[in-house]
Amino acid sequence: MSDKIPCEIKVSRKENTLEAAFSGDWVLEAKLPPVQAGYDQFDSARTNDRLVFSTAGLGEWDSLLMTELIRLINHGATQGIKVDTTTLPAGIQGLLSLVYAVPERMDTRRPPDQTQGLAVLGNLALHVYKDFQVFMVFIGELAMSLFASVTGKAHFRPVDFWLNILECGPAALPIITVISVFIGLILAFVGAVQLGLFGAEIYIADMVGLGMSRDMGGLMAAIIMTGRTSATFAAELGSMQVNSEIDALKIMGFEPMTFLVLPRMLALILMLPLLCLYADFMGIAGGALVTVSFLDTSLTQYLDRTVAAVHLKDIAMGVVKCSVYGLLIALAGCLRGMQCGRSASAVGDATTSAVVTGIVFIVIADAVMTMICNRLGI
Amino acid sequence: MTTPYLTVKNLSLVYGDSVIQHDLNFTINRGEIFIIMGGSGCGKSTLFMHLIGLMQPVKGEVFYGDESLWQAEPEARKRMLRRTGVLFQSGALLSSMTLFENVALPLTEHTHLDAERIRDIVAYKLALVGLAGFEGYYPAELSGGMQKRAGLSRAMALDPEILFFDEPSAGLDPITAQLMDDLIRNLRDHLGATIVMVTHELDSILGIGDNSIFLDTETKTIIASGPPQQLLRESKDPRVIRFLTRDAKLGRQAAPKKPDSVTCE
Repeated sequence: MSDKIPCEIKVSRKENTLEAAFSGDWVLEAKLPPVQAGYDQFDSARTNDRLVFSTAGLGEWDSLLMTELIRLINHGATQGIKVDTTTLPAGIQGLLSLVYAVPERMDTRRPPDQTQGLAVLGNLALHVYKDFQVFMVFIGELAMSLFASVTGKAHFRPVDFWLNILECGPAALPIITVISVFIGLILAFVGAVQLGLFGAEIYIADMVGLGMSRDMGGLMAAIIMTGRTSATFAAELGSMQVNSEIDALKIMGFEPMTFLVLPRMLALILMLPLLCLYADFMGIAGGALVTVSFLDTSLTQYLDRTVAAVHLKDIAMGVVKCSVYGLLIALAGCLRGMQCGRSASAVGDATTSAVVTGIVFIVIADAVMTMICNRLGI
Repeated sequence: MTTPYLTVKNLSLVYGDSVIQHDLNFTINRGEIFIIMGGSGCGKSTLFMHLIGLMQPVKGEVFYGDESLWQAEPEARKRMLRRTGVLFQSGALLSSMTLFENVALPLTEHTHLDAERIRDIVAYKLALVGLAGFEGYYPAELSGGMQKRAGLSRAMALDPEILFFDEPSAGLDPITAQLMDDLIRNLRDHLGATIVMVTHELDSILGIGDNSIFLDTETKTIIASGPPQQLLRESKDPRVIRFLTRDAKLGRQAAPKKPDSVTCE
């Protein structure tokens, strides 16, 4: 590899003929850039000059030589120089004829995207508006397909529904258990430090119980399911879009909304409140673990305090909130999946977007509902 | 013309417990267009994967020149495979990159060329396949034939000595398929590259093939080899004749004729 002769090109002038002489090995693996001499001859070139090539000293060659030749030919063409390629080896001439066989599409070179300043803001606003429209259309279509399946005009396969139930419910229990127990633990520890200041450790039970049931249980379950299931929905539907599977279903007479989206949405909407309840209890168990093992409180005391503090309406409120989250994250996942473009990176974008949209929805919905409950005094 | 470039010795293709092909022996010479043919499911694509180093043979050897592909150190294997270009059946362009980025990727990663030179090389490679000016396009915005040609242009990015094609004209209309064949032959003629094609397109096989092997599903090995035109004229094996004449029982003249002359405009 090291025994390559450095490549050189020399341009010289004889009357009105420019001669470009190539020598050395013109190969891509050469470490040194080509040595160019006499290119200034082109500056004084006139319209009727000729450009000829000499390859007497040329060794090995590949694309490096070809690009240099094409540069020269194109450069000559802009100056109106006549280019004579007949002295080149047959292989090179053949390749050149292939290169110039199809004229370059000039209109296809796109200027790089350069939006600046306020235009970015404007585009963002337009994007949000368009996204909102798409969202509304999606909800509309979903409502129609739900209506159609309730009235028996369309239906999805029960097996799809049960598979999704499995995926959205039991399959998520381990991760929900881990996260909820730890959230309960953390709440209890934080409470222990603060409440311990005035000897009110027993109220940890109130804090953990109310915190988990009113807000944290549902919130954690919803966020976990956004990352776990809503992302799966988006990725599944997105790759079906990429493989034209959704088109195939449409052609076979299946409405993708009914056939794909509805069973997924229903499964998640039905399962999330149950997961929320489960998370509530796991959180309370986590709190009990801390209180009983580190503080001077018995399990009976802790449970007694929890039962006194947490009312049915608190649990109900958490579950209702979580049902709303379920609807929103299922929507986010399916919407982004169905919107997916047709490339590998589009699937990634759809998944990311599903999770981001889902979490934004959850947080906004939580804030709104908490405010409403506050006003109503629930 | 007769220097062996790639030699396969006693190669067996195995998936799990099932043998797909056994005892394959053949030689691909420098500068020839070599066809691997056979019916669907005979293991053509599996053989292809073995040749380009994506699958390790359970038994047998693949030699590039004198070097065994799988006996060599991983570094040496990488170097051997660096000299090969592969066009996959669907083009396998990276969908999140423009054509420019697709073709430039191997150049930026494997060479020391400056940005301007890379731009010129990409323009040249795209022009070779008739896609001059399409640098800014994403693969999804192109037709199937254009995607294949773009894939070919990426396969050629590093000036490979051997080019592998998996079904280059599958899914293309007859005219585009013919153009693809012409392009392949032109590239062989002008670049001097060795070309290996896995295909069951009769027009390509008889039109541009210099040499070939025929894999059989039943006996699980090579049942015929040689220039396709010669096989068509002289083969006594009914399986080969049926394949090459598209089961035209009436006679061999039903097969497509080889184009008279090669033109490159």
